[in-house]
Amino acid sequence: MNLNKDIKYPSGQAIMDALKKAHIQFIVSVPDIITSDGLLWPISKDPEFKLVRVCKEDEGVSICGAMSYNKTRALLLMQQTGLMDSLNAIRAIGIDYQLPVCMMVGLQGKEPHKLSSESSSYGVRIIQPVLEAMQIPYRVIESPEDVQHITADIETAYQTSSTFVFIIGRAPV
Amino acid sequence: MRRDLALKVLKQHVTNELVVAVYQTLFDWLAINPRDLNYVATGAMGQASSHGLGLALANPKKQVLVFDGDGSVLMNLGSLVTIANAAPDNLHHFIFENGVYEVNGAHPIPGQHIVDFGAMAKAAGYRTVSVFSNLKTFELEVAEFLKQPGPAMAVMKIEAGESFPRNYDYIHSALAREKFRQALQKS
Repeated sequence: MNLNKDIKYPSGQAIMDALKKAHIQFIVSVPDIITSDGLLWPISKDPEFKLVRVCKEDEGVSICGAMSYNKTRALLLMQQTGLMDSLNAIRAIGIDYQLPVCMMVGLQGKEPHKLSSESSSYGVRIIQPVLEAMQIPYRVIESPEDVQHITADIETAYQTSSTFVFIIGRAPV
Repeated sequence: MRRDLALKVLKQHVTNELVVAVYQTLFDWLAINPRDLNYVATGAMGQASSHGLGLALANPKKQVLVFDGDGSVLMNLGSLVTIANAAPDNLHHFIFENGVYEVNGAHPIPGQHIVDFGAMAKAAGYRTVSVFSNLKTFELEVAEFLKQPGPAMAVMKIEAGESFPRNYDYIHSALAREKFRQALQKS
């Protein structure tokens, strides 16, 4: 991953600490190039997380939703392509069934110095409008300061039994 | 083997298990064995096996039974590999194979009479695979199958028997989910 020295990137360790503080036990994931080095590999080696590797992202939506029935907390970590492929599962399980499905989505192809709305990638530009059309709350995680909101957002998602998406616009380091 | 009769056999072996079922098998099961530990809200598109895996991993001391459909499994084949890799010993996965999308007009599934779900499960890495096409044999062997550590698959070669009403409003209701949630907490 080539990093731009003039840009601040979020800390993978700080994100993991925020997830632990939010009592996330399970990470359910299909690998994503944006979060691979800074999050998924460290998570895979951290005994405080249980990693479930899934073949396809919509499996993860169901797994996280089912886990929530006994208040087990989980995070689905994936790329925006997986998010797009899982929209019907998110619609049914996250929205219609009002289950707290929390997702962290790496934006593959996004330029670190640009807003996603200004990206040259169509696949990147449409993510926030799609989430807004589905009335799914989200937070963009790009700078180190953005990480401080993760724990509270997850707490709110589980307290209100609602789905939530973290959009990772810059690769965690 | 008639599905309703097979489900009546299964009822004799179900006490505190978490049961995830789909489509006509779910509607029949709800009529034959209504109970709050029935998990009815799987969305669609073959997600029952993934819900079952989530329940099994989050509730390792409870047995989870998934009553899946053949068309449903075809929509989520990767979940067989995911389940085998996660290897929950408390997950038993039944596929009720009738070769058609029964609630969507009874059109044939791709690979009707060709696809071998048992072979798929075995190749994916399930610990145990059994195939049942005869009710008497199923009655005799189901207890032993359920004693096997999961992930285990039973391919149920079935035909529709008595088909019970399809109450979609209930299975998608907040009431059904809340009943399951409360029953799970008490169990």
